[in-house]
Amino acid sequence: MTAVRLLTPLAREALAELRAGQPVLFTGWLYTARDMAHQRLVEALRRGEKLPFDPRGAVIYYAGPAPARPGEVVGPVGPTTSGRMDPYTPALLAAGVAALIGKGRRSPEVRRALAEHGAIYCAAVGGAAAYLRRFITACELVAYPDLGPEAVWRLAVQDFPAVVVNDTRGGDLYEEAAARYRQKG
Amino acid sequence: MRELAAAAIAQEVAALCQRVNYRLPEDVRQALAAAREREESPLGRRVLEELLANARIAEEEGVPLCQDTGLATFFVELGCRVRITGGSLEEAIAEGVRRGYREGYLRPSVVADPLERRNTGDNTPPVLHLELVEGERLRLRFLPKGGGSENAARLFMLPPAAGREGIVRSAVEAVELAGPNACPPVVVGVGLGGTAEQALLLAKKALLRSLSEPADPLEEEILAAVNRLGIGPQGFGGRVTALAVRVLRAPTHLACLPVGVSLSCHALRRGEVVL
Repeated sequence: MTAVRLLTPLAREALAELRAGQPVLFTGWLYTARDMAHQRLVEALRRGEKLPFDPRGAVIYYAGPAPARPGEVVGPVGPTTSGRMDPYTPALLAAGVAALIGKGRRSPEVRRALAEHGAIYCAAVGGAAAYLRRFITACELVAYPDLGPEAVWRLAVQDFPAVVVNDTRGGDLYEEAAARYRQKG
Repeated sequence: MRELAAAAIAQEVAALCQRVNYRLPEDVRQALAAAREREESPLGRRVLEELLANARIAEEEGVPLCQDTGLATFFVELGCRVRITGGSLEEAIAEGVRRGYREGYLRPSVVADPLERRNTGDNTPPVLHLELVEGERLRLRFLPKGGGSENAARLFMLPPAAGREGIVRSAVEAVELAGPNACPPVVVGVGLGGTAEQALLLAKKALLRSLSEPADPLEEEILAAVNRLGIGPQGFGGRVTALAVRVLRAPTHLACLPVGVSLSCHALRRGEVVL
């Protein structure tokens, strides 16, 4: 299947066309955030504060890079398990975030929130950090440097590869694919 | 008695941490290449291509295969006739991890307290499983295991009547529960027997065994059952949900049939040094 190119900030109309299982390529900016950063972002929203980045049409990448060597743009950086971010995700989608990239299953609440806001969840290949880094052209710190690898970074990406897992209509690649390939014992 | 300097141990450990995180073991690479040949799902095959490319790039560039460079877990065999000088064995290994992770640009992934969750900054403390053996050698086997697959570990305390079928069912259940989260294709470590904690330790230790060794009938049976799940590479669907199953056994109680399951992601990084 040919990959669909997506430019950030994302337009909802483009996302509505996508179905679970569709390969996509992101170009623009991704914001990294994982466990501790999510806790802080959602606390900021609860207090009515602005987020350290504009969430409208933004893409969050669940990742914490390995340290960069001198001269490198960023250290190797693949996705972490998304489910740990489930409790925080509906609030971020309500704030305008349009796509999430990670790996692994999402909760029914997140899947409902994705459909409600016309947003998508994609998986990048877990454990392919050295490969995925090749699609990152710049990296800058956005917030929470005290969190070390869990800080929020802004990554400039060119055709960063992922696959749609949860689309805007409730489709789920993991369920559909396992059902298709499952064999009786 | 043979004397071994703590400083020399630390130096070897530092080099081991880097080597293991940069290079996929040859048996695992071969298993991924074989999986690519037999995988039927197009998305699954694409994932396997990307994983093989990733291993090539990491080795060429001298960078970690995965940003999750793991909790530094060591299986240590210490010969009875070895005396460590200039420090303790524990501190020597910790110092090696500290240096290896810092100098090798490996990610510090340890928080000091499970509730407060402050990063220790240098990936210490490591986890040590110490065994005293005959002789005058020190063998260190290193398994840096990521959090995603570690979260998929399960313990089943089965009634002995559950037998072989119960064991297969338990392993399949653990892989299905983990689904895409543990980064399939996984390697399934199974610890049979012992006590509850021994079963889990055996399961993890089973991951140290080479994937090139022929599988025994129980390992074959579990592998076939797991690969019928259809989860496939990264959960994108397919025939290859697991690359291999490795089982270790231990004597157990009359009333018990403990089954520990430890999953490794496809990036099964391991290596050893003998001093």
